[in-house]
Amino acid sequence: METFLQQLVNGLVLGSIYALIALGYTMVYGVLGIINFAHGEVLMIGALVSLTLIQGMMMLTPFLPGWLILVLVLPITMAVCAALSYTIERVAYRPLRNAPRLAPLISAIGMSVLLQTIAMMVWSRDPLMYPQLLPSLPIQLFNSAVTITGKELIIIAVAFLVMCALLLLVERTRLGRAMRATAEQTQIAALMGVNPNRVISITFMLGGALAGLAGVMIATNYGNANFYMGFIPGLKAFTAAVLGGIGNIRGAMLGGLLLGLIESLGAGYIGDLTGGVLGSNYQDIFAFIVLIMVLVLRPSGLLGERVSDRA
Amino acid sequence: MANGFLIVLNFISQRRMVLLLAILSLLILPWCIGAAGGNYWVRVLDFALLYVVLALGLNVVVGFAGLLDLGFIAFYALGAYTFALLASPHLTQSFAAIAALFPAGLHSPIWLACLIGALLAATFGIILGVPTLKLRGDYLAIVTLGFGEIIRIFLNNLDRPINLTNGPKGIRAIDSIELFGISFAKSLDLGFIQVPALYLIFYLFLFLACLATVICMRLQNSRIGRAWVAIREDEVAAQAMGINTRNMKLLAFAIGASFAGVAGVLFAGFQGFVSPESFTLWESIVVLAMVVLGGIGHIPGVILGAILLAIFPEVLRGVVQPIQHALFGQVIIDAEILRQLIYGLALILIMLYRPKGIWQKRGASTS
Amino acid sequence: MQALFQRFNLRQISIAVSAIVLVTLLGACGKSDKKPAAAVPADATEVKIGHVAPLTGPIAHLGKDNENGARLAIEEINKTGLMIDGKKIFLTLVPEDDAEDPKTATQVAQKLVDTKVAAVVGHLNSGTSIPASKIYSDAGITQISPSATNPEYTKQGFKTTYRLVATDAQQGPALANYVTQKLQAKSVAIIDDATQYGKGLADEFEKTVKAAGLKIVAREASNNKATDFKAILTKIKGTKPDVIMYGGMDATGGPLAKQAKELGITAKIVGGDGMCTEKLADLAGDAVTNVTCSEAGMALSKMANGNDFQKRYKERFNTEVQIYSPFTYDAVYVLVDAMKRAKSTDPAKILLVMPETQMNGLTGNIAFDKQGDLQHGVISLYEYKDKKKSVLDVVKM
Repeated sequence: METFLQQLVNGLVLGSIYALIALGYTMVYGVLGIINFAHGEVLMIGALVSLTLIQGMMMLTPFLPGWLILVLVLPITMAVCAALSYTIERVAYRPLRNAPRLAPLISAIGMSVLLQTIAMMVWSRDPLMYPQLLPSLPIQLFNSAVTITGKELIIIAVAFLVMCALLLLVERTRLGRAMRATAEQTQIAALMGVNPNRVISITFMLGGALAGLAGVMIATNYGNANFYMGFIPGLKAFTAAVLGGIGNIRGAMLGGLLLGLIESLGAGYIGDLTGGVLGSNYQDIFAFIVLIMVLVLRPSGLLGERVSDRA
Repeated sequence: MANGFLIVLNFISQRRMVLLLAILSLLILPWCIGAAGGNYWVRVLDFALLYVVLALGLNVVVGFAGLLDLGFIAFYALGAYTFALLASPHLTQSFAAIAALFPAGLHSPIWLACLIGALLAATFGIILGVPTLKLRGDYLAIVTLGFGEIIRIFLNNLDRPINLTNGPKGIRAIDSIELFGISFAKSLDLGFIQVPALYLIFYLFLFLACLATVICMRLQNSRIGRAWVAIREDEVAAQAMGINTRNMKLLAFAIGASFAGVAGVLFAGFQGFVSPESFTLWESIVVLAMVVLGGIGHIPGVILGAILLAIFPEVLRGVVQPIQHALFGQVIIDAEILRQLIYGLALILIMLYRPKGIWQKRGASTS
Repeated sequence: MQALFQRFNLRQISIAVSAIVLVTLLGACGKSDKKPAAAVPADATEVKIGHVAPLTGPIAHLGKDNENGARLAIEEINKTGLMIDGKKIFLTLVPEDDAEDPKTATQVAQKLVDTKVAAVVGHLNSGTSIPASKIYSDAGITQISPSATNPEYTKQGFKTTYRLVATDAQQGPALANYVTQKLQAKSVAIIDDATQYGKGLADEFEKTVKAAGLKIVAREASNNKATDFKAILTKIKGTKPDVIMYGGMDATGGPLAKQAKELGITAKIVGGDGMCTEKLADLAGDAVTNVTCSEAGMALSKMANGNDFQKRYKERFNTEVQIYSPFTYDAVYVLVDAMKRAKSTDPAKILLVMPETQMNGLTGNIAFDKQGDLQHGVISLYEYKDKKKSVLDVVKM
């Protein structure tokens, strides 16, 4: 039972991070109808940029407490990621809005490769140590059944808060209405006075900022960062978005959490379930198998998809 | 003498002339390159020809039928492992039952392995196709990517509980290619000339690439090819016109996969060694880049794209580092990173500025 | 000539010309590869020694370290002056990058063979040394690996494969003995990273540990790009092992150790040479004090001239020794010793005298058994004090 609870908690932490990244995917797909392949790389750049900033601050202002440095670095990182995401959209996607389907997809793949390579050049290919600025001593909960660290609790809390804030934004503000309108019917929204290009740009920037936050969280959680850290979480988060219903914000959150739990429980119990035939080394393909099953059995996802009418 | 030459020229049409010249230059190519650059470059050329076959296969799926497959290299892997299992000591060493059945060891002839490899790959192509038929381009891309990864991870971990693929160690001591009594691992003594093994391989792979090209050209100009174009441009209209889109798509997957399967079999025979590390997502992206660079759907473009991109990293390796040494005294950007940089940029720039590829079809009616 | 221009338009001719230029370029490229860093003196014969390691990729820092070791040896030998059979010899290093990829490794091996090197020091990984060894064997060129530990490398029946480190078949048991005897463990959990090296080492460890009667409570696998081990570790925590063994590199071993600590796991963690780097302290954080790891060779600090080597290395390259540069350094000296005994720089003659090698190098006494393994392999065990590696024990196998 202890193990089960612990795996549950592990899954929750993992899932919160996936949910954050999935939100970026889902919003972009909602307004633009394409998978932003480069989203995972924005996450990676966010983590590496924050690393450089933190290292800089630790040298220049060593008297500041760790958590404060993180709090100061975070908004800058998120801004950088927002700008990066905006640039990606302008450079790689906007010119291809009317091109055949494959074009923006291939362009996105190229963008992903390009960003990884730039990260390799700037930050080298070695895994880099990420300073532990948040408490990482194990804390025992529920009568020592579960061991969790302070930083993981913070991650879950922050993810949850951010998701609520995003929901508020999308459902209660003018901008949110504009986003939903553009997602549903771009041209009619334009007739109603919404500037679709502006909305799309803002959506990308928002998604980018969230990816940056997720990047910092991942780096803090695992204590290291490198050029490859964005690709796989990106793919898994996309799976999560599809699982919950692409274009659907609540769906992305649900999908993220579910995927985290599936991975955690799956890796923990698959050996026992299959009598040793399959083991935890198959952990990475759970996401893909989930994706295939969702797309085959319930393509609109758990909570239903919300995409614009596109052929 | 010159006049006689011109008279002969006048009889042979210009097209046939170019063809003849092309065939002649291809035949003597390995000798030129071998003399100029050594066996290393002939080897690179051999691999380039394998990539041509791969690119043509992916072109069927992406170019003709418009289905973005990001896990294409999985079929290559399946072909390679087919030959690896059928022509190496691995199975007889791991399973006593098989050792009993084949006391002299498993040494399947390569043509049989090609057949089985092609069939196996085609089957998996259909398995991949069936659940993905209804998916839009973006979803299809990710699902195929997932499929490619699933295959790779299984290949890497299927050494427990039964040792099918030998896991990360890969399978070694694979038989070399042998056809019509000629071994492609030793040089061939033709009496007046000695043809080194690598050159023999070149001719074999060249033959395969030509075969693949001919098949693709025939497909393109057939009912099937036209059906694919219809599906690619507007699936709903194609269905309305009575095309069985489901079967056509599955056929595209199957044919494309079988190309990769056969290429994989030959790869295993050539290298003598296979491991899951050779079949990563990056390889799928490289083959995709070849198709994109050459012009999606345009056969000559795809061939050119494949050859350029296969030779490119080696040229980089040999050129970039000495240049940087000469200019800066040390290497600032190493060849690997530069190669990836150019791949990424190429994919983006070509989509933005020359979506039909660097060698465009002249007067094509497709959009 | 006129008629020729009438038959083919400019476009076709330019295609033909560019094709010819391309082919020539390719040929030229193949030739202009290696410029020696130092010029070969006029009265000396140049002899090339190849070196292959990953110079790009996550362990590029280790690959470069290997290359530096070989380079240092060659520069020293050239400075003292080398005479073989009355002829003055100038050694040149031909460094190549195999990017830790088996396919690249075979291509690069072919390249070195074409460049007519006298012998090769390399490769770094077992996963690349093994496929490349076929090419060197076919060409009859001696290959000394300074760091490949997989036993299969020398079991292929090739006469050309040699190595200067112990094998996993020795490293695994050394770790296992440490776990049974020094740590007095009763139960062990084993994780590997599903690579040839990691799994191989874990298998060897498992064999010895089983034979010693310990209970193996878990055997898990991951992959070499994994970042989150919490699921596997939670499962292992439930089985309460005394020791966790990890077969893999520092890039994954470090986070594994760290996450184990975060989960409140108190079991000691042991690993092989892939984990045993200076970088592990960075990646594992505080958890590194819980780690013991092994290296398949003599510890630098315990080598007779180890400190001196470290000083010279630092002076020349302005960076610290990583792990295996002392071994590439010795490899070059072994080759030169072979040349002296063979009185020739011909690869075939060098190969013939390799089995009788008997010399004292930086890394200790070097002699080979019939397969090409070291006769007196040594395993060093390390722990981490104050975030730095410190030798725990040296075991003679």
